[in-house]
Amino acid sequence: MSSVTLNNIVKRFGTFTAVHRSSLEIPEGAFVTLLGPSGCGKTTNLRMIAGLLDPTEGEILIGGRRVNDVPIHKRNLGLVFQNYALFPHKTVAENVAFGLKYRNVPSSDIPRRVQEALDLVQLPNVGDRYPKALSGGQQQRIALARAIVIEPDVLLLDEPLSALDANLREDMRVELKRIQERIGVTTVFVTHDQSEALAMSDQIVVMSEGRVEQVGAPEEVYNTPASEFVAHFLGASNILAARCALSGGAVTLHEKTFGTVPIPAAKAPRITSEGPAKLVVRAEKLVLSTSPAPEGVISVPATVQTVDYQGQSVRYFVQAGDTQLQAINMIDGHPFAVGTKVNLHLRPQDCAALPG
Amino acid sequence: MSVEAREARQPWILLSPALTAVALLLFVPLLFIVVYSFWLRTATGADQVGFFLDNWQEALTDAFYRDILLNTLKIAAITTFVCAVMGYPAAYFIARSKGNKAILLLLLMLPFWISYIIRTMSWINILGVSGAFNSALLALGIINEPIQMLYNETTVILGLVHFLLPFMVLNVFVSLDGIDTNLEDAANSLGATRWQAFLQVTLPLSLPGLAAGGLLCFVLGAGTYITPLVLGGPTDAMFANLVFEAIITQLNWPLGSALSLMLLGVLGVLVLIYNRYLGMAQLMKGLG
Repeated sequence: MSSVTLNNIVKRFGTFTAVHRSSLEIPEGAFVTLLGPSGCGKTTNLRMIAGLLDPTEGEILIGGRRVNDVPIHKRNLGLVFQNYALFPHKTVAENVAFGLKYRNVPSSDIPRRVQEALDLVQLPNVGDRYPKALSGGQQQRIALARAIVIEPDVLLLDEPLSALDANLREDMRVELKRIQERIGVTTVFVTHDQSEALAMSDQIVVMSEGRVEQVGAPEEVYNTPASEFVAHFLGASNILAARCALSGGAVTLHEKTFGTVPIPAAKAPRITSEGPAKLVVRAEKLVLSTSPAPEGVISVPATVQTVDYQGQSVRYFVQAGDTQLQAINMIDGHPFAVGTKVNLHLRPQDCAALPG
Repeated sequence: MSVEAREARQPWILLSPALTAVALLLFVPLLFIVVYSFWLRTATGADQVGFFLDNWQEALTDAFYRDILLNTLKIAAITTFVCAVMGYPAAYFIARSKGNKAILLLLLMLPFWISYIIRTMSWINILGVSGAFNSALLALGIINEPIQMLYNETTVILGLVHFLLPFMVLNVFVSLDGIDTNLEDAANSLGATRWQAFLQVTLPLSLPGLAAGGLLCFVLGAGTYITPLVLGGPTDAMFANLVFEAIITQLNWPLGSALSLMLLGVLGVLVLIYNRYLGMAQLMKGLG
């Protein structure tokens, strides 16, 4: 188990810069997710930590040791791929035992270690089978067993759930987190799926176009996005142009639809000066109602334009003045019909502010 | 007609032109050859129709034919081995090259645009007494007299390798190209060096391609008569040269038929052994 540090890392492919100068600290034992759309550089970062790619500039430390010049087979990492990458010509047991053979593990110990790993991933009886005889989810468990049986310093997971179907993916998510907590290995997880990131991570690193947009705990990244990109990428947000006024540490935004919105200082950490700013309103914080607003809640009249019914929740597009807004509400019974005049309720403490 | 019956007939309708061609152009002539092999060529030069086993007896018992057959198989085996050793790294390089795979494959195909005979004869311009190699050595003053490099077993093997190498490269390439590169990365991450990962993962997974390429090289190599004719000396005749000799020079079609069926039989057994262990599907992949 080791920490991982990326120090001023840059990765260029020819003239294309895949990762702009960035630094990252992954604490020992943490589950850190690199989250972003395809092409954001998250996999490039993972492959540099793994040693499959060399950084153009900067240094990589694992457990405080510089590993730039350490070849992949000496880094002691567990690597799990999206397509499982099991050796098709070897049995499950041989796959899991593969890494042990290169680690001076006495050959009498290997069957026991393999069995322990298979027990851990809850597939104790498949050792004699070949990978192609297993389902996708089972293959991914074997790939995980193969990666952790060597007791790696760092576990690297490259979109390991993306090839599975939706239900299985959620089961595997829970399972993966359980195993990671049990063995306590430092884990770097790459995904483009925000719900995986939010559910599993101790820390999320949101990336876009080769840059780190924000690093933080899931709630922090979700509730206090550091940029418009983060606000849009995680969940659905309304981002509205506003003007910001500061008075004795308090932040107040003036926006044309919602008027004056006092923002808690914790939700506006990047506001340093008065002037143009952005008001971030999470779609699920905007509540459609026909009753008057309680004390301290902003209420704005609006008309329902589009209804996207999803069972337990519904996504509305509403028109408030000349602004179109998105709202996601839990519902009990029937959603509002198109054309209904409603009030939009918004608690100021649920909003966040970004510099304009 | 039911849907099932129509669907069952469809493949045969689509296959029928090809099957007709194969039947008329391959199986019927082959049948003629079988029939011919039991006729007898008389002293007058006429063929005597009948059922004689003389040709078969001569072909199967004469040590001359046996020795040349063994030598043919030896040359084919050496050629196949050289093609495997030279072709595998090339195929690996092409399979692992990122952007220019198509260009490299095109370059590999390029020799096929020139007749095999012309390609074989080109070695005379390179290795002949007044060829490029001798001229260069003479000009540099390394030798005073041109060296006779052509017309021996080595040049026959050289010509065969030249002819057959692309078949090996293509087959191994198809096999390697189908192997997920993540497998090698996974092996590396588990502690295997690149060489160990290659031996443990890539090589075993590419063996079907290597075997397919090997079979093609062996069968094509063992059946050739042009290369020994152009690049071999008087003692370098291969089995197909005997067939050529019997049919074209001596006009002894019955004996030539028996000899060609004998070669067909030996190579057929090899193909059957291959099919038993690896199946023809891999070979088809490599040819496509």
